[in-house]
Amino acid sequence: MFKNLNKTLVGISLISVSLINAAEARDQIRIVGSSTVFPFSTAVAEEFGRSTSFKTPVVESTGSGGGFKLFCTGVGEATPDITNASRAIKSSEIDLCAKNGVKDIVEITIGYDGIVLANSKEAKQMNFKLQDIWLALAKDVVVDGKIVPNPYKTWNEINPDLPNRKIEVLGPPPTSGTRDAFAELALEGGCKTFPEIEAIKAQDENRYTALCHTIREDGAYIEAGENDNLIVGKLQANPNAVGVFGYSFLEENSDVIQGSIVEGSAPTFENIADKVYKVSRSLFFYVKKAHVGVIPGIKEYLSEFLSDKAMGDFGYLAEKGLIPLTSEELAKVRVTAENLTPLK
Amino acid sequence: MTDTPDNDQATARVTWHSEEQKSRLKSRYRKEKIFKFFAMSSLAAAIAALVVVLGSIIMTGSSGFTETRIEMDIFLDKTILGDLPTNDRQEFEKQVAGANINRILVSSLQKEFPEVTKRSDVFALLRLFSVGAQTDIRDVILNDPSVIGETVPVDLLASSNVDMLIKGNISRDIPETDRKISDQQIAWVDQLNNAGKVTQGFNWSFFVSGDSREPELAGIWSATIGSFLTLLVTFLIAFPIGVGSAIYLEEFAPKNRLTDLIEININNLAAVPSIIFGLLGLAIFINYINLPRSAPLVGGLTLALMTLPTIIITSRAALKAVPPSIKEAAIGLGASHMQTVFHHVLPLSMPGILTGSIIGMAQALGETAPLIMIGMVAFIVDTPGSIMEASTALPVQVYLWADSPERGFLEKTSAAIMVLLAFLIIMNGLAIWLRQKFEKKW
Repeated sequence: MFKNLNKTLVGISLISVSLINAAEARDQIRIVGSSTVFPFSTAVAEEFGRSTSFKTPVVESTGSGGGFKLFCTGVGEATPDITNASRAIKSSEIDLCAKNGVKDIVEITIGYDGIVLANSKEAKQMNFKLQDIWLALAKDVVVDGKIVPNPYKTWNEINPDLPNRKIEVLGPPPTSGTRDAFAELALEGGCKTFPEIEAIKAQDENRYTALCHTIREDGAYIEAGENDNLIVGKLQANPNAVGVFGYSFLEENSDVIQGSIVEGSAPTFENIADKVYKVSRSLFFYVKKAHVGVIPGIKEYLSEFLSDKAMGDFGYLAEKGLIPLTSEELAKVRVTAENLTPLK
Repeated sequence: MTDTPDNDQATARVTWHSEEQKSRLKSRYRKEKIFKFFAMSSLAAAIAALVVVLGSIIMTGSSGFTETRIEMDIFLDKTILGDLPTNDRQEFEKQVAGANINRILVSSLQKEFPEVTKRSDVFALLRLFSVGAQTDIRDVILNDPSVIGETVPVDLLASSNVDMLIKGNISRDIPETDRKISDQQIAWVDQLNNAGKVTQGFNWSFFVSGDSREPELAGIWSATIGSFLTLLVTFLIAFPIGVGSAIYLEEFAPKNRLTDLIEININNLAAVPSIIFGLLGLAIFINYINLPRSAPLVGGLTLALMTLPTIIITSRAALKAVPPSIKEAAIGLGASHMQTVFHHVLPLSMPGILTGSIIGMAQALGETAPLIMIGMVAFIVDTPGSIMEASTALPVQVYLWADSPERGFLEKTSAAIMVLLAFLIIMNGLAIWLRQKFEKKW
């Protein structure tokens, strides 16, 4: 038995040696970055692989920040060609890229994503002002002109129009781009309406950002991980809770959860596209120009992404929940993609 | 009853049938009963938890193995397909791949539903079918080129929304705006269903296709191959190194501070969270040695690091379990130390070593965390052909699908978990079988 076993082992190792081909030049596009853009990026990648003779690109979901880190490690086969982002590239990231020799980066805006606050259909639809959101979730808030640790326990303490229910919000963790955008758009949007905060902004910009962006840690805000399906499930189980996540999850689950109205407008496709809904952001991807022409298919991938088939009104990306650009914006982005105009 | 000398002396004086002794006996029996009750209830709780977990997975997952198809009469219009060179197979295949199958589908649909004329309605009608329906039509043409120009019935893959509706996962009672499928679309599906055109069948493509963003097209084949290649690398690295270290440490190494330190560290490593091995793999194999990201080679090496301590510890236990009399007899007959180990101890401990290794491999099969760091958690459609090509693994596929917004992925996730569990059961069963077949009782 053991002699045979030895033979089998030798056999297996021979097979595996034959499996190692000599490392060839990469012929597959590699994409990293935001988990929000991931569903759209993968849909395009799949269609691109199906309809062209190129290999299907490999798409990794690393988060926007993680994506830039990988993207900026340098130029060459071992580094990704494209990074997805649910926020614009920061100047510090451009510097990091430049330091590692990544000079020409092409920015492509692909559309919008609304960040929705939603609750179970069994409960009443909520109607928030941005102020309410900040008062409910910030670590320190303004009460009677003074800045104090957040004292609010129920929604109606903040705004009598809101229900008398415990504040219980499920949302993304700090590593998430969605959390960054939520803090910037919803929390800061509500925070800066207070004159006391405006006064602080004039004196101390850092304190202002900390006050507006820091979320309370006393259990009212529950970090639910990056898995938005999990939040949807928890909302169904607990009609008192409110969840924070991307619009595409609301769209897919609109039979069980409902989006809350923010500043008078509901998170619908039209409202986000028309920019009436306040808590929405742009989605991007960034292309390493030095790789175009070296790694086959990058240009063709761009044109697939920006085609009417994908981005148009009946395109498959709209079906997946991407809120498309207006036709003028799209025309502009197409010119950028065509000429590969780098960021300045 | 264990007898200590004290008890022996006491026995003489004890009247076993006295009331006192009887009540003592009773109380001992009672204690035993209570203990048994607690033991059995903890077992029952464990079994109940297992049944709940498996039950919920099987309940949601079993429908993932079926797919919905809609039979349509497709007119393979020559004017759309163009002149196909049927005698040159290669050129023929190429032209079929490039043909505008979408138009063929649309025109056939319009024939079936002549009342549908508005562009948006045609789109809605087309949405009843998966993008995979075009592949179905292509296959019909490729299988039998003589059908070109004729009208043939083709079983087309339905879209995930229709699939969910037929399986009852989308309720008809909720308002139209709240579901992914419109009243009009439901009416069409019902019309087709009443005509007996909608069928459900076993979803073979789940086992033979790669990942997809469309739930109805997504399959586990590329992830399974990825897992296989990764485990192959893991086994080839971890098994020889692990068993070698175990033999040295157990049979040859001197017992001193250094080997004690090594032993403590190995035991420690076995308990280190697996994500740390992922970070190590990223730092060494990708950033330093420059191996390609997402490759099963890197995944296998990383998992090998993780599995090594398990293999070393179980192998040492198996070596230790060989009775010293065997060794002494071999040495007594003039065998050298090495001959003793390799001719007698190692073969006798092999079942134990293999069992430990298989359990270690099963652990590696179920691991996702270290793979995140080295880029194997990614959307990869193509099946890897070698250990240098990008690939994912089965648990990663589960993780990615669980994170997808589309409702159709819910059942696919559970179905993939069932397949993964089946693999784990097979591996652990193999370990038990090996042990029972080859284990020597002393």
